[in-house]
Amino acid sequence: MIVNKISVLIGGEAGAGITRSGFLFAKACLRGGLHVFGANDYQSLIRGGHNFYIARADAEEIYSQADTINLLLALNKETILLHKDELVPNGGIIYDGEEIALKDEDLNRDDLKLYSIPLRGVVKELEGNLIMENTVALGATVSLLDYDLDVFNGVLRDTFKPKVAELNVKAAKMGYEYAREHYGESFAYRLTKTDESRKRKIFLTGNEAVGLGAIQAGCKFYAAYPMTPATGVLHFMAPLDRKYDMIVIHTESEIAAINMVAGAFFAGTRAMTATSGGGFCLMSECLGMMGMTETPAVIMLAQRPGPSTGLPTYSGQGDLRFAIHASQGEFPRVVVAPGDVEECFYETVDAFNLAEKFQIPVIIITDKYLVESHGVAEPFGKNRIGIDRGLLLTEDEYVSEEEYKRHKFTDDGVSLRAMPGMKGAIVRTSANEHDEHGYTTDDPELTTKMGDKRFKKLDVLIKELENYETAKLYGPKEADATILGWGSTKGPIREAMKLLSKEELKIDYLQIIYLSPFPVASVQRILKSARKTIVVENNKTSQLSSLIREHLLITVDHEILQYNGRPFNPGELSQRIKDVL
Amino acid sequence: MVTLEDLKTPAKNTWCPGCGNFGILMSFKRALIQLGFERDQVVIVSGIGCHGKIVNYVNVNGFHGIHGRVLPLATGIKLANPNLTVVGFAGDADCYDEGWGHFSHAIRRNVDITLIVHNNMVLGLTTGQTTATSQKGFKTKSTPFGSIPPMLNPIAHALVSNGTFVARGFAGDTMHLNGLMVEAIKHRGFAFIDVFQPCVTFNYLNTYDWFKERVYKLEEEKHDYTDRQCALEKSFEWGDRIPIGLFYKEEEPTYRDGLSHVKGMALTKLPTENVDITPLLESMM
Repeated sequence: MIVNKISVLIGGEAGAGITRSGFLFAKACLRGGLHVFGANDYQSLIRGGHNFYIARADAEEIYSQADTINLLLALNKETILLHKDELVPNGGIIYDGEEIALKDEDLNRDDLKLYSIPLRGVVKELEGNLIMENTVALGATVSLLDYDLDVFNGVLRDTFKPKVAELNVKAAKMGYEYAREHYGESFAYRLTKTDESRKRKIFLTGNEAVGLGAIQAGCKFYAAYPMTPATGVLHFMAPLDRKYDMIVIHTESEIAAINMVAGAFFAGTRAMTATSGGGFCLMSECLGMMGMTETPAVIMLAQRPGPSTGLPTYSGQGDLRFAIHASQGEFPRVVVAPGDVEECFYETVDAFNLAEKFQIPVIIITDKYLVESHGVAEPFGKNRIGIDRGLLLTEDEYVSEEEYKRHKFTDDGVSLRAMPGMKGAIVRTSANEHDEHGYTTDDPELTTKMGDKRFKKLDVLIKELENYETAKLYGPKEADATILGWGSTKGPIREAMKLLSKEELKIDYLQIIYLSPFPVASVQRILKSARKTIVVENNKTSQLSSLIREHLLITVDHEILQYNGRPFNPGELSQRIKDVL
Repeated sequence: MVTLEDLKTPAKNTWCPGCGNFGILMSFKRALIQLGFERDQVVIVSGIGCHGKIVNYVNVNGFHGIHGRVLPLATGIKLANPNLTVVGFAGDADCYDEGWGHFSHAIRRNVDITLIVHNNMVLGLTTGQTTATSQKGFKTKSTPFGSIPPMLNPIAHALVSNGTFVARGFAGDTMHLNGLMVEAIKHRGFAFIDVFQPCVTFNYLNTYDWFKERVYKLEEEKHDYTDRQCALEKSFEWGDRIPIGLFYKEEEPTYRDGLSHVKGMALTKLPTENVDITPLLESMM
């Protein structure tokens, strides 16, 4: 019997509430004191097709999905056919035998436990919506795992409106009882509550964490055009506008969104937008305008595989170089890559501070796997954050002997930022090269001086980032090889490290969080003593390797790349690491 | 209250002598004076093209943005701080070509800003090419055999986009244009003025004289500006007689009226510290 170590896959057609169901189960596990992780996989369609969600729960800390699954909740036959080979020996399949005719040759293996539950029959008996079939299946799951139905019911009641919740509670109970009666304790896996259940943890997506970070940072203006996988931020922010005195606007395009953000930030409001690669392409002209006009901005770029529309609902890391270089001309910017939900929150708060302090655009680069997967974190704390608006003048009046100059030359390149409307200050800026007052110029000397001014800010920014955790090292003190990665590969890499350490292999991992400006000193410090370097990335050309070569004149020893739209599985990744050791 | 002297800037004006932009500039400055503004209350936003330089020539807050994006930029400023008076200036290529995708949306949103389009029916700063409002057959460097499609009708588009203030002025009649600008800025909602602005260098066809021979004032012909159908009919008049003046005006709720939770509130004045996200965190446990 295996206790508190399970991976459940729930699959079915789009529109069947797959992600919601997986999430409910994972949350019930979290409340039982288990560590959980949830990842969804869906196609770019609304009905039909195949969707699935993997909910993994474990007594020890987990960071990603596992390579195999233990229990399959199949809401249609296709789910069984597609995923049966991912099941471990002795794994189980919950399905509706009255609806799905399963033949021996469909499975082609005889080491599985088949648990037929009348999912549709129960829903019909309750006269409920067919979507409740998944609740019946979840009730049966709780039963097979001998888990606590009350905990699951609690999640149902916190998620749905009372009437719907009670109907779902009934459905879960019927699924639970049917499984109990017919299958008893025949399944080899168990879940039990742990002492950790008293600790209160949060379970959320990267999109939600970014949205929370923005709200915590005092963002009052959010403009966006829907684009998978960044739409989650818009969906998170929109219903909260009244509660947090925000304006959340769904614009006609990404171009409109980013220009509105520029306007709002120019006016003196913290503002943000989020998009994916295609939308970011449209935004890139405005990005340069922000660089030139020294207007702060926070942009979340959630990557998916390209080029072009690529795989619109899958994940990739092919836009790193694009984020670092997008838009014509040269100007400083920050590109920061959180690797988990906690970093999504804290890095977003910092993004606002850096944007305003240095009056530059900050790009938070994420990907589908990070922003749509559910992860666990300690509740985000106010004591770990600060709000720094830099040289923003918030008074009602500008009083000085000297006329206000928006682009005044200063030692560190950062000029006082007045809000238009402030008495005694005229705030003028231009996307054209300009003088200190914001008047257009093409004077060669002034052009040089202004370029230097903007880049002085980079020097100070690099200094400032010395106080930030720009790169994090994980693993043993002495390591035979060092893995380098950025963004969402963090989860699978840390899982792979767990597997490798069980085989007594000493591997450490440097997660590079700030990609621009590149944390040369921090990375160099680690790489100096690294015996072997392995870059792990979800792209074809290993863009991180090229950055390391560019900034450190070091060629990494190995590149482990995957660009099929899917995240690394830890087992596969650890094998590929072993192959190059 | 500003004076003409206050509005002067040290920037050297580089528009061609006789350019229609001068009429727009003067009408606008006079409007600010007549409305009794302080310099710091007003923000002007411009795009790319000859018109864009206006940010250099009026000493108020200004953002000289990029090509075609005057409307979203101005919208962001106004939504963030409703206490500001925001006036966008765009050229015909800026607004009706590059930025056309924003035009109807900005109008139907009815954010309380003013848009003044310097419509010279030609691209000036890029040395003379055709634009969306160039007349069919117009020969330029980019259309040496004549522009093929018919011209775009911005007035009609504004009207069918539920515009709440739709007007057309002529830079050759600054008294009249000045009056329109005063009304436009006073209008609560999105106000749009398309301004015939002769380009003395590149538009050999639509000259001051060409317009003078054709334009007539709607207000002199008892046009009912409260009737959208009538306005739409007028918007299609083109040829020997071309109407200028106020086509249509009505008071409708602005975009911000739909956001009662921030009614009259400048987002710029809201605190960014100590935002309490505890209830959200609790919902995620």
